Formats: sequence, C-alpha cells, structure tokens
Amino acid sequence: MSREKILAAVKSNQFSHAELPNVDILDALTASDVSQVKQYTTVATAGGSFVYEVSDFDAIKTILHKEFKAGVKIISGIKELDEYTYAGNVVDELAHSFADVELTILRSFLGVAENGALWLTETQMNVRVLPFISQHLAIVIHQDDLVPAMGQAYAKIGNADYGYGAFISGPSKTADIEQSLVIGAQGPRSLSVFILTT
Amino acid sequence: MSNVTEKSHAELAAAFNKDEPRVDWHDETLWWVRQKRDIQAHKLPEWELLRETASQIKNNVLSNLSGYLEQFEANAIKNGVVVHWAADAAEHNKIVHQLLTERGINRMVKSKSMLTEECHLNEYLKEQGLDVIDSDLGERIVQLAGEPPSHIVLPCIHKKKEEIGDIFHEHLGSAKGESDPKILTETARQHLREVFLTRRAALTGVNFAIAETGEFVICTNEGNADMGAHLAEIHIASMGLEKIIPERKHLGIFLRLLTRSATGQPITTYSSHFKKPQENKQIHIIIVDNGRSIQLGREDFRNSLKCIRCGACMNTCPVYRKSGGHSYHTAIAGPIGSILAPNLDMKKYADLPFASTLCGSCSNVCPVKIDIHDQLYKWRQVIVKEGYTPTAKTIAMKAMAITLSSPALYRSGGKMGRLVFKYAPFAVNNKLNPWYKHREMPKAPEESFGEWYNKRKEGKK
Repeated sequence: MSREKILAAVKSNQFSHAELPNVDILDALTASDVSQVKQYTTVATAGGSFVYEVSDFDAIKTILHKEFKAGVKIISGIKELDEYTYAGNVVDELAHSFADVELTILRSFLGVAENGALWLTETQMNVRVLPFISQHLAIVIHQDDLVPAMGQAYAKIGNADYGYGAFISGPSKTADIEQSLVIGAQGPRSLSVFILTT
Repeated sequence: MSNVTEKSHAELAAAFNKDEPRVDWHDETLWWVRQKRDIQAHKLPEWELLRETASQIKNNVLSNLSGYLEQFEANAIKNGVVVHWAADAAEHNKIVHQLLTERGINRMVKSKSMLTEECHLNEYLKEQGLDVIDSDLGERIVQLAGEPPSHIVLPCIHKKKEEIGDIFHEHLGSAKGESDPKILTETARQHLREVFLTRRAALTGVNFAIAETGEFVICTNEGNADMGAHLAEIHIASMGLEKIIPERKHLGIFLRLLTRSATGQPITTYSSHFKKPQENKQIHIIIVDNGRSIQLGREDFRNSLKCIRCGACMNTCPVYRKSGGHSYHTAIAGPIGSILAPNLDMKKYADLPFASTLCGSCSNVCPVKIDIHDQLYKWRQVIVKEGYTPTAKTIAMKAMAITLSSPALYRSGGKMGRLVFKYAPFAVNNKLNPWYKHREMPKAPEESFGEWYNKRKEGKK
C-alpha cells in the first residue's frame, strides 16, 4: 500500500522537532477598536465591489429596484427581502437549475476590512453554487460584523463546524490576458455589499 | 502538457531572446506584477513578522509531517471525504482514471493544479480516451494553444492578446482579429459555463490542507474551481503532501501572504474552504508524494517544500523575466522550479540551478522565506559532484582548476590572453565565444596586476 510506504518515508526523513510559533502577536498588532467601515469600503471598492452604507432593508430594496429590472430571476437568502424567491425554499433543486439566476442576495456575519473579504458558510449560501453561478451577487452585512484583519476573522470563526465556507472579496475577475483586469470571469459579474449601519 | 525537448535552459532562452521587443514586454509585464506585490507588502508594517511566522509554521509542519498527514486523513474521513495516497505521478493518474471510469465518466473539468501539470495528467487521460478541459482562463488559453503554462500563477503571461484572439477565433468562434481582453474573456465565459454545466466530474488543486479539521482551501479569482466542484457529482482534489498546515487559524497568516505576494491583491476573490461533500455527492482527496519525501530528507533542500506557489520568485527573477517560463522545460519554472526539479531528475534538470545570477532577489520576496538562491548554489555543487554538468563546462572547469593551482601557468595564461585581446581580437569577438553574446569584449590592460605591482616595487627601491 502506498499509504504506509509514503508515511514511513516521510517519517524517516523529517528532521528534529520544530515548535509552532506564537501567532497571537500578529493578531495584537492588527487589532483595532475603531469602526472598520471606512477601511472596508476603501479596500473593497479597489477590488471592484460596489459598497453601500444603508440604514435598513428598505434602503437595500430601493437600490435593488433601481439596479435590477423587474422580472429577472432573483434569489434571496434573507427573509426581510421577501419579494424574491427565498433561497431556503429551493435548496432541494438541482444545482444546475440556478444557471439562469440574475442576482443572488445573501447574508454574511463576518467581514474583513484589510482585504474586503466576506465570510459565508453553506448555511448562509443555502446552496453552495449560488454565489458563483449567479450573474450578480449582493451580500448584506452589519457594520459591527467587520473585523480589521484575517487573524480576528479566524478567531471569530473558531472551531465552527461547516460543510463548506468561503471568503468572497469581490466580483469574479481575471487578468490572464496581458495583465488587463477584466471583471466577470467565470463567476458573478458584480458584487454589491450592503453595510447595515443601524 | 510537457515540453518534449532535450534542449537546455540556455538554448531555449536563446530562442526566446531572438525577439527583443517581446522579451522587453515580458520583462516589464512581470516587473509590474512584482511592483504591485511591493505596494501591498509595504502597506503592512508587520510584513516581515508575517513571513517569519509563516516560515516557522512550515518548519513545524516539515518536522512532524507524517503526524499531520495522519491527522488530516483521519479528520477528512470523519468529514465524509475519501482519501487516496499516490507514491508517484503514475499512481496519481491511475487513481483519477479509475475514479472516472468506474462512474462511466469520460469528460472532466479541471481548475488550476500545478501538481497535475507535474504528473502530466491531461496527456495521460487523453491517451486513455478521456477529455479534460482546463477552466482557469490562462490555462484554457495555453491548453488550446497546445502548450504548457509558462508561469504557475499567470499561465499565459508569454502570450500577446492578438495571439490569444487567433486561438479563440480558431477554437471558440470569436470574430477574426478580435483581441480585446474583455471580449475574449466573455467568449471564454460562455464556453466554460457550458462546460461547468455538463461535466459530472471536477478536479481541483489544493492550496492548504488543515490537519486540525480535515478541510482544504482553494484560492481563485475567477471562481472556476467552485463552479466546477459544486456542479459535479464527484470532486477530486489533488494535493502534494507538503500542502499541510496544522490549524485553521494559521490560514489567517498564509492567506494574508499568498495573494499579496502573487499578484499584489490583498486576497483572492474566493478562498473556498471544503470540509464535507454536498448531499449525494463525493469529495476524493489524492495525497501525492512524487519525490517530496526524498526532498524532505535532503537537509540542504527540504525548505523548498515550504513553497506555497505564489510565483513571486519568478516575477522578480531577472533570468526568468528575460528567458520566459518555457525555457525551464519543467512544470514549475523560475527559481523555485529550479530547486524542485533536480530532486525529481538530476540529470534532466542539471542545467536549471545554473539558470540564475544568484542575485538573491527570489529569497528576499519569498513569503515563507525559502533560501532559494542558497539552494541554487548548493544544487550546482551536488550536480557537479554527481557528474551531471555538460562536457564543455566540465573541461573548462578542469582547465580553470589546473591553471589556478599553478602560478606559472596562471601568469603565462594571463599574458597569452592579453596578447590575444590586443593583436587578435577577432579570436574572441566572435559567435563561438559565449561571453561575446550581447556584449563587446573589454579592452585588455597592457600589463597584469602582478607585473604592475612588481614594477612599482622596483621604482620605490
């Protein structure tokens, strides 16, 4: 069996034990008590996201009505945005059936100011492929859920159990052709981030 | 896809260098990526501490790799993932083949995985009559061109948009002469969406595998790994056994370093954590050795296994930028590839550690502080000792050793050289002399330092 052979070879060749370094120092260096909204907005905007500060879900509705015409297929993982198909009701559908979704709106409870990333697990996605297959993606987060850096983000995630989770920091993009940035590679063509401020 | 070539780095680089404006463009494009990396690195006052911490974490991993691998495997199995082990490329390819054929699958979509390039998986599956489509845009482009990637992060960095336009016109039906990156990317998007929706199997690489939780992380900007994996019935993830990190919280270190070093972004668009398969679907992980356990045993070279495949050493390397990725004739080009490849085949890749000026820029940008240029230097010594240097170099080195060990020979040799430079410059200023390439030979001094010194002493008396 290759397993035993490989493990034996690795075991006999690994050198004397080296301790794990302390990573708490780094977290202390990046910790901050001030609001992360401004920093988040600057970084996320530079990464191609559209960031809106909103006071409530009605404000989100107004923006969505303006940006997306009526009649397109929109799925929402947020109960408050109840005019759209609720994601929780379509979890049993074939993943491929979401190929024609124009917009998916999901909730995140953890965002990172240093890189614009938003953490979503399968629970918030409802269906794993949704935030990737939709032509456009919108994510709602409360300002209090923004942390300064990745160290604080993983501290918040802790040892949570999930089947799948992802940090999403912007629209799908590529610079593979002569390093020219093109938004809208294989995933969503845009990411709108709504930061709830109240 | 492999370069079926026996040509050396120097010969392949010479071919690349024939088109000077293109070399300049290649050089400048990669240097621009290096500058973007600098901008991001300089924004973090703790950058150096981050690098040091990452390096130490990887040190700990390498010192207890067998334990971490067993821990990772046990946790992955608990999560409902199937784990396979492959001693070499052939075994890896066979496992993939079997997973596909036992399900009656003959077409697969694959996101970026340098390991599968190392294993030549695509060619193998093609020989077995199976179809693989690479879904990363850059990889799709080189795949359609019938070439291997020339860079681990920017696979088609050597191609001009007009050439890509021609490839897309021929294979994907874009308009003739179309070279706008936006339109070409949209063409690929439409083509690849159809692929994602019709493939029952998806293969991805692995950026990080976490021993503590059994989950693994894949980083992309395009979202192609997720599109493939979430729509397929079976997701095969191929990982080199050095991809392990001990705990989930360590991702906080590595994800901060990876993309800043690679492309100068603060993080990739997607950092996807796969822990358990979706209902009625499967995840299979293949843990591949393929020479890594041997490299672990080479004290001088084991640090190369810390590599997180960011490509920063390539972007900064003056030799890589001016010779192109294909000149390294191995799956992983550039400085890091030149210290990994000789471990796999010392004879075939004997030229690579010499494809460097030893300037040390690679070591300075490496996010996990691999002593790349020191290892290049050490490989040279191993390769010479093992007798794998080209005959001409061996003879030249031997002649040099004899001359330097005999003062009389050294003096007369020097005199001869100066006479040749003075009276017969055509003997050195010609194409037979490799030092003459791209430069004029210098004017020889009238006398040697020794002669000058002796004369000076005489005068003082």
